[in-house]
Amino acid sequence: MIPLNRTLLSSVMLLVFSNVQAQPNIYLQGGAQPGATACVACHGADGMGLAPAGFPRLAGISADYLSKQLHDFQSGKRVSPVMQPLAKALTDQEITSVTGTIAAMPAPAVPAINRSRMPASLGETLALRGAWDRQIPECVSCHGPGGVGVGSAFPPLANQPALYLTAQLNAWRDGTRKNDPNDLMGHIAKAMTEDEIKAVADYFATVGHKEVTP
Amino acid sequence: MKILMPVCAFSILLSPGVGAATIAMEDQSQIKVPVPAEHITYFQPPQQSELPDNAYGKMVMDGYALFVDTKRQAPQFVGNGLNCTNCHLDQGRLANSAPLWGAYPMYPAYRKKNDKVNTFAERLQGCFQFSMNGGKPPAADSREITALSTYAYWLSTKAPVGVELPGRGYPDVSEPKGGYNLVRGAAVYKDQCAICHGDNGQGQKAGDDYVMPPLWGKESYNWGAGMHRINTAASFIKHNMPLGKPNSLSDEQAWDVAAYVNTHERPQDPRLVEGSVEKTRLKYHANDGVNVYGQTVNGVLIGQGVQ
Repeated sequence: MIPLNRTLLSSVMLLVFSNVQAQPNIYLQGGAQPGATACVACHGADGMGLAPAGFPRLAGISADYLSKQLHDFQSGKRVSPVMQPLAKALTDQEITSVTGTIAAMPAPAVPAINRSRMPASLGETLALRGAWDRQIPECVSCHGPGGVGVGSAFPPLANQPALYLTAQLNAWRDGTRKNDPNDLMGHIAKAMTEDEIKAVADYFATVGHKEVTP
Repeated sequence: MKILMPVCAFSILLSPGVGAATIAMEDQSQIKVPVPAEHITYFQPPQQSELPDNAYGKMVMDGYALFVDTKRQAPQFVGNGLNCTNCHLDQGRLANSAPLWGAYPMYPAYRKKNDKVNTFAERLQGCFQFSMNGGKPPAADSREITALSTYAYWLSTKAPVGVELPGRGYPDVSEPKGGYNLVRGAAVYKDQCAICHGDNGQGQKAGDDYVMPPLWGKESYNWGAGMHRINTAASFIKHNMPLGKPNSLSDEQAWDVAAYVNTHERPQDPRLVEGSVEKTRLKYHANDGVNVYGQTVNGVLIGQGVQ
């Protein structure tokens, strides 16, 4: 048993090592083609983005989700003057590599704020209760407790800059962002008021900083 | 495989014990719910901000917590990955999503089928045994049933007693003329449902907790739950799914996908008669809406249960 385990372990390590050797870290160094700027410049060494500029947190986000977004930037399904040319400068292989790197970056701890908690603000009310008179589900019913993110289709909201969340919700609302499956997010954003968008963005931007009460 | 064997044998030995729990509300057959008129004003349950700061307010909130977070709040009574609010949207408040204010004032309820009167507590116990696949349900005077009943009572504040309010239950969606089609159902599922509920109906988790409920398999409702009926699931789906997009599917799509979901295996009906699917079918399923329990679909006997 032991020799087998050791053999397996060393081959796994060798594999990991040779991968690191073979592929440059695109997150830190950028892609091979001109225009494929290094992600670290805007999204930070820890992948937590830059809140005052509204650059989103990427650390720990599902590789499939990120890959879909980069491909959508390439095809124009998702619009961003900054990200579109950048994504177009990445090859498919580079996208696979960089999204894997980002997904492996440690995600910030998110308190498991459950639906049984009493909401203390408008943002938290939307997050935990929704506004069903307008068919707005609880944010956490798709994005998970505390907005931690679920699977490859429902990205984390927790610790995203308020500016970024507001910009995205406004883009869903005015129809400039529409790369969601089955218009799941678009129809919700369209039912939200400006105050609600601001409140829910502020809530999730700071939810990770809140103390967890059981 | 050799290591697995004793575990399997053990669960088989255990299963009659689970099935033998007293069934509080044996009759789980459907209620007929007409489609409400358009532009109707539904009953409005009270707001939490109106709750008094006393033992009653606290009990309501306790019931609320159990309702939206059932698996974690009452783990000993929940045998699968579901929470009450998975099938009763908006915390049991939403019209056409079997709101609690539509149910509570209809109890105690007489059922002609077995000539019996059931209390609301027994109805809740039935939910635990069937929808939550929970084995022995909480006692009628337990913290769980008392808190959930208090929550339902509070949501029904100022609702008339014994009146079938519009918006109660899941309004009937009549079966399409050509019947349902499982192949079409699979396509609807793939397009509209799998993104949340997974390719194999397994639901999705964040950490240990389900966020999107499992629709079949051992973590879902059992063969005794009302939702196992294709007609009931079609009504629920039509009025409530995809989440936040009610009435976006056609009647035919709702039926097709409901049939697709409800021809998959799930935990056994705890009312299982003498270990026989056929006897259980005859006694409980043969005259209960549209369902495939005990029938052979594509060469496979449905209703054998999964553990």
